Amino acid sequence: MIFLSALSLVPNLAAQDTPLISGGVGFLTTTNGGNTTYSPTIEPVLAAPIGQRLLVESRAALLESFFPLGNGQGYDTTHFTGFTYLQADYLATSHITVVGGYFLTPFGTYNERLTPIWISNFQDGPLIFPIGTMGSASGTGAEVRGNAVSTGKVSVSYAAYFSAGSTVEQFQSSRSTGGQTSIYFPNARLEVGFSYGRSLEGQQSNAFGTDVWWEPEKIPLKIRSEYAHGAHSQGYWVESAYRLSQFGGEESWLGRLEPVFRIQQTFRNSPDATDGLPAADTQRADFGLDYHLPHEVRIDTSYARQFSSTGDKNVWETAIVYRFLFPAWRGKK
Amino acid sequence: MKSWKYIPVCFSLMLVAPIFSQTKNSDAAQTNSTQQAPAKAVHNSQQRDGNTVFEQNCSRCHTTPQGFSPRISGTVVRHMRVRAGLSKEDEQALLRFLNP
Repeated sequence: MIFLSALSLVPNLAAQDTPLISGGVGFLTTTNGGNTTYSPTIEPVLAAPIGQRLLVESRAALLESFFPLGNGQGYDTTHFTGFTYLQADYLATSHITVVGGYFLTPFGTYNERLTPIWISNFQDGPLIFPIGTMGSASGTGAEVRGNAVSTGKVSVSYAAYFSAGSTVEQFQSSRSTGGQTSIYFPNARLEVGFSYGRSLEGQQSNAFGTDVWWEPEKIPLKIRSEYAHGAHSQGYWVESAYRLSQFGGEESWLGRLEPVFRIQQTFRNSPDATDGLPAADTQRADFGLDYHLPHEVRIDTSYARQFSSTGDKNVWETAIVYRFLFPAWRGKK
Repeated sequence: MKSWKYIPVCFSLMLVAPIFSQTKNSDAAQTNSTQQAPAKAVHNSQQRDGNTVFEQNCSRCHTTPQGFSPRISGTVVRHMRVRAGLSKEDEQALLRFLNP
């Protein structure tokens, strides 16, 4: 009897581990300095468990960009196809997962959490995104990650990696090492994280970062922020998203609206044309309005004003994104 | 460049606005949003733990999927274990939450 009761508590993993296909497909537009670029995009995700301890997963990006020619005579196109990550995860113990392959560089929060088009509130990443993400934002090598402590009061997760340099077109990466740790306090709904990265190519350099996320318990407000310091520049961003679900619930027409706002600044400490940050001190404010339609469809709109001694500019962005999630095949019953 | 000075004011307003918008509707709204979660029937402490794991590790980054086949729930949870840094115990609580 006890045995039967125990069995009923054990999840039936065999029937639930069918490989899945997920991701997002979207149509994005960006108007920058009066020129509008159109980008149909698809980002498929594949996750396939093998046995009880192994997971193979991948995310790719396929996009086509249509941009205006300078002489006003029509449009030209470029296309991009590449892996964002393609990795094997071995669940070694309850607290240790060993990752091998091509993985997202664990620095800050944006790269690992917010880059998918069906998650990010804004189409473009923060200005400080290149700091610590080592160029391609992915590494080729090995990573150890997991949860060190998880209680009702605190949760500590960590990641450490080593990446080799790779010039293979689909798996570009820099020789680098680094890691991050984050401490989450569930009662306060507050997370504080720290990141470190070291580029091991050419003139070696360090990058440091810290991040703070907070979600008030009774208000559907998300506040996210990051600060990063690189060899020749530094900066921060703060983003807030307020889902209007307090007005009639998440399914009401008003509750589907989510105003978002992001403020960011970068500071140039010394010239570096290769670090990916603006050449001069820059301030930028993004005002966005996202609308969550039924059936996993979302419409994102935003306007940004960027201020810099090299010139101010306006950036308008719109997107419609559909998120999908289904089994790769029928699977066993 | 002068208009840059007004941006912190806008940001502050955005932070303060939700606090003033808290009305009696907030309780109803929260109840409503709970009902939208994958496991609509939360009956025992184990499932509440799974709900907590879900709220603290999944929905902080993305919205709740509007439903998916139970055939892939184990794969979803294993994916989240790696992505969100879940312990094995949290993974199992989350799996029970998705399959009450």
